[in-house]
Amino acid sequence: MRSSQQQALFRPRRSQQWREGAIRALLALCAAVSVVTTVAIVVVLLWESALFFREVSPWEFLTGTRWAPKFQPQSFGVLPLVCGTLLVVVGSALVALPAGLITGIYLSEYARPRTRAVLKPILEILAGIPTVVYGYFALYFITPGLMAVFPGTERFNAASAAIAVGVMILPMVASICDDAFQAVPDSLRQGAYALGARRRQVVLRVVLPAALSGVIASYVLALSRAVGETMIVTLAAGANPQLTLNPLEAIQTMTAYIVQVSLGDTPAGTVEYHTLYAVGLLLFLITFSLNVVAQRILRRFREEYE
Amino acid sequence: MNQSPPVEKDAPAVPVLQVQELTIRYGDKVAVDRVSLDIPETKITAIIGPSGCGKSTLLRALNRMNDYIEGLTMQGRVLYRGVDLYAKDVDPVQVRRRIGMVFQKPNPFPKSIYKNIAWGLAINGIRDGVPQRVERALQQAALWDEVKDRLHDSALALSGGQQQRLCIARALALEPEVLLMDEPCSALDPISTARIEDLLFQLRDTYTIVIVTHNMQQAARVSDYTAFLDGGHLVEFGPTEQVFTRPKEKRTEDYVTGRFG
Repeated sequence: MRSSQQQALFRPRRSQQWREGAIRALLALCAAVSVVTTVAIVVVLLWESALFFREVSPWEFLTGTRWAPKFQPQSFGVLPLVCGTLLVVVGSALVALPAGLITGIYLSEYARPRTRAVLKPILEILAGIPTVVYGYFALYFITPGLMAVFPGTERFNAASAAIAVGVMILPMVASICDDAFQAVPDSLRQGAYALGARRRQVVLRVVLPAALSGVIASYVLALSRAVGETMIVTLAAGANPQLTLNPLEAIQTMTAYIVQVSLGDTPAGTVEYHTLYAVGLLLFLITFSLNVVAQRILRRFREEYE
Repeated sequence: MNQSPPVEKDAPAVPVLQVQELTIRYGDKVAVDRVSLDIPETKITAIIGPSGCGKSTLLRALNRMNDYIEGLTMQGRVLYRGVDLYAKDVDPVQVRRRIGMVFQKPNPFPKSIYKNIAWGLAINGIRDGVPQRVERALQQAALWDEVKDRLHDSALALSGGQQQRLCIARALALEPEVLLMDEPCSALDPISTARIEDLLFQLRDTYTIVIVTHNMQQAARVSDYTAFLDGGHLVEFGPTEQVFTRPKEKRTEDYVTGRFG
């Protein structure tokens, strides 16, 4: 006979083991859903793109300067779309990167704890505004403003969308920068102050260099958001794929083109239809590599102090 | 080198720092309660007492390192050579340049050994003879021989004890008059601790040193004067030898003999 103390050591009854197993399987299934979806999307992208690249050579696609899948003669040079995306991304970076960094510095190093406790949640709310709202904001507020300042501005233009995208990604930059500064150990600040550093020197020459990889990671993540941003550019930047560096003209980004084709009456199975996947694949590759870069930088950043 | 320091009874030393009726509160909590204390020149003064007795807070008040602590209020005065450190037109940056500080946990910057010291010189506008000053500071801190061949390696690669000596070198490079040390050995092993104590003996003639320690043996070994703080009150202050062998207060006696704390 086993005593009760001995009995306690043995495995529970079979029904309990079965329950543990069921829960485990359920959790694994949930995890699998997201992985399988992602893989499936990539597979579809690759498959459909392959159909496109049977008709159009990748070289022509990547180096052509005219994008006209719907007109005769057809032309599949993706550069105008890439250029449009680039205009918006660079413009939004000009708005968001410096302003976000400065906001992050203020929040972490200058704001009193009480001010910070108010501002930080507000920033996070800002990050939750639907992008369609930013799109209307660009169209009905920023564009008229630009037209008033620069008379040649077109009704749809890259600059207006870029500013709105910049405002949209600013909270993210500010918030990640703030986190990066907060992660700098206070003992470093104390050490600097004890050497007779002024606050400006502590911030610019101790905290900022120590948090630099976090700042860069926030930049890369923000740029990746800007590249993939769709609603704002669809509403405000126009639908005119052209190779231009003038931000006051109408352009078309890769994302806006995808929206246009998805909504339009492009017959499935045609080359025009397959452009959707080719452009989507290119977009995916760009944002994916940006995210990988950001993750790399963040990992380095985490290792810096311990 | 380890004999107990001589105490001049007839020639009172000139006080460099005078703490007068100093009270420091965190919100409503009193951390330092009406403390008055004269810190003598070119001597080592130890501040001892149980955890939470206010000794670090008191130390940090001596070079205005408490300025950035939210909710901290002060009453009373801290005089440096007769000047109130908290007077409106006193620049805290200049205060900290003359009254340096070394912290509990070594906190070198994530830069090279050389730059750790050169940085303090640069922000204080010292541009002449920087390499010589770096070398002198490292020699004063008894670190030069260990690091002279790898000055441009990261300071974070040094051992804890070396890092702490680097932090001392960093403070000494600015040629301060007073050096405040907040439990500088509490994160170090006994060998590193012994090296820092040796270093203190070498610095004693040149600098006025105030050291906070929870290690009574350390206070007895290195200091000329000892202040015993308990619950924010200054219980006793006097020559170390007297405080440890013939304390005037019962509470001091209980503490230094290890009956509490």
